[in-house]
Amino acid sequence: MKEIRFHGRGGQGAVTASEFLARAAFAEENDVQSFPMYGVERRGAPVTAFTRVDSKAVRNKAQIHEPDIVIVMDMALLDAVDVTDGLKPDGKVILNTEKAPEEVDLGVDNPKYTVDASSIAVEHRLGSEVAPIVNTAILGAVVRATGLVKIETLVDVVRKNAPAKKEENAKATEQAYEEVRGEDLE
Amino acid sequence: MSEEEDIFRIVKDPKDHTDLPRTEITDCPSHLMNKTGSWRTLRPIVDKEKCIECGICWKFCPDVSIEVKEGEGAVVDYDFCKGCGICAKECPVDAIDMEKEADYV
Amino acid sequence: MSETRIVSGNFAAAYGAKLSRVEVVAAYPITPQTEVVEKIAELVADGEMDAEYIKVESEHSAMAACIAASNTGARAYTASSAHGLALMHEMLMWAAGARLPVVMTNINRAMGPPWSVWADHHDTLAQKGTGQMQFFCENNQEVLDSVIMAFKICEDEEIMLPAMVVEDAFILSHTKEPVEIYDQELVDDFLPPYDPDYKIDVDQPLGFGSLGMPDWYMDFRYKKAQAFEKTPEKIQEVNKEFKEVFGRDPGGLIEEYKTDGVDVLIVTMGSISSTSKDVIDELRDEGHNVGLARLRTFRPFPVEQFREITKGVNVVGVLDRNYTFGHGGDAAREIKDALYGHRDLILKDYIVGLGGRDLTPKILKKVMLDAISLQDKGLDKEIEWVDLRADRKKWRG
Repeated sequence: MKEIRFHGRGGQGAVTASEFLARAAFAEENDVQSFPMYGVERRGAPVTAFTRVDSKAVRNKAQIHEPDIVIVMDMALLDAVDVTDGLKPDGKVILNTEKAPEEVDLGVDNPKYTVDASSIAVEHRLGSEVAPIVNTAILGAVVRATGLVKIETLVDVVRKNAPAKKEENAKATEQAYEEVRGEDLE
Repeated sequence: MSEEEDIFRIVKDPKDHTDLPRTEITDCPSHLMNKTGSWRTLRPIVDKEKCIECGICWKFCPDVSIEVKEGEGAVVDYDFCKGCGICAKECPVDAIDMEKEADYV
Repeated sequence: MSETRIVSGNFAAAYGAKLSRVEVVAAYPITPQTEVVEKIAELVADGEMDAEYIKVESEHSAMAACIAASNTGARAYTASSAHGLALMHEMLMWAAGARLPVVMTNINRAMGPPWSVWADHHDTLAQKGTGQMQFFCENNQEVLDSVIMAFKICEDEEIMLPAMVVEDAFILSHTKEPVEIYDQELVDDFLPPYDPDYKIDVDQPLGFGSLGMPDWYMDFRYKKAQAFEKTPEKIQEVNKEFKEVFGRDPGGLIEEYKTDGVDVLIVTMGSISSTSKDVIDELRDEGHNVGLARLRTFRPFPVEQFREITKGVNVVGVLDRNYTFGHGGDAAREIKDALYGHRDLILKDYIVGLGGRDLTPKILKKVMLDAISLQDKGLDKEIEWVDLRADRKKWRG
């Protein structure tokens, strides 16, 4: 079973990202669960969303405390939120930043993967320059870094489920898949 | 006392139920910590020239986030204004416009 | 064609109402139920659901409107949570006394103060005396299934009583998981139109809910009590039929999870049952003879079944996600009541997860191991609160 945690800001699509990942995993015959951090939501505030994926039935309905994968959609969150809290010793972190993985300091040894999802989103006109919608892009990077699902499955889910700009979103996913950097990726 | 110390004057740093008062009591409410102005996506902008200081905006504001200051007109408390737009809607002289918060940040 | 979609418990409830061809929905929003009625409003506005949506100004009015609608022969539905449910209290009792098959969904949420929006069963259980049937769901599929089944049970001419289908706040209401959304035709075969014997009809005027003098009131109540006595059997009958038509067993009165010949029986309600099953499997792998009874139907309370499944059991550990001051956990009390004079065993009441306190597999395992240990050490205390801040080390290690 894999437990995944997304960190974003209200309006960036963290919850949608957690759902799309669940749908992709489900399409590959896994059992899945996705949920936001429970509570009152509002724009601008940090949002945490979760996905559980397992090849057998997911019965665990407790919250996720020790994620295998953490995704950081907005680097400014690093000041406000401890994104590596509970991260498993071999857990992976995927971050939206133009920096290279070795330039990111999270205070832990875990493998890091970076992609400039904001620029990719802006390139494909997803959101605005000030507030790009990075969720579909970052998902492409997540899949490359973790192999959780096949990229084709994810792109298909994105294309089918994006509320608007379906092709642009799908392309953003594919582009991030290609461009993400990480030490074990060639 | 500092603002923060003030908040927990009834119980400082409660650890468990033995530290708690008989029910949830605060003598210093959450407004010191929770600036709901951060919730805004639109913000009211008052045109002082048009404002007649009638006080209707103050009466209708659900959040006590706009008040009339004599000579200054309606003044918004942007720390707490959530940008609901009721003041703009109720102003009898259309002195209030709702503008994008992003333009002011 | 039935379709599996990844949806929240709130969505599942709304779809349950849609597939049940509900005709009148009257509701008032409250976190975390709001999406149930928002979804229904959307389906009605889009023409996907042929129902009257009545916007009311309170939950009391919501149930009152449903009662009136049901009394005219329309299938009626509403939803609420916690303080909204409490506000409905008078009308919950009325619906039952009036023998009207209104079905509602309650999202189990803690009662304030302290103000909370998170999972807790006290709101539902505080209404256990109203005469409503109460079904506790473990997952989103069951929410959908239970709404459909509830209408069938409630509208049966032998029953004609209202029901609550309940699901945990956020854990089910806001969590998305795969749910099979059945083909409308399949549901239509299972659930016929609502056609009561007597209804409000201008062509045939009748009076309802009249005065009951002392020399008649008791007899009416007895007749209603008799109808309620029929519900355990009816629930099992409809559950069986549901399984035949839809290929799925929502659990009937009690779901027995690996309970054959166990020494220790753990009892849970709602979503913690799901997490607990993983823990039961782990404990059994470690050699413990333990099983889980998921109490799905709280009203009627499955007295006979509890007597049956506790044969040969030494310890019953009840996880109550609720607490009544001066009374303890409701499930434990009712189980004790059922077993009085029938079983001599150790029963301990664990108060867990109030106000949405998270129940991780780790904590649940500690609770179950505690129950298991009572076989040797005997009952240490009748009621124990689990994972209080003062007590963290015991439960979190």
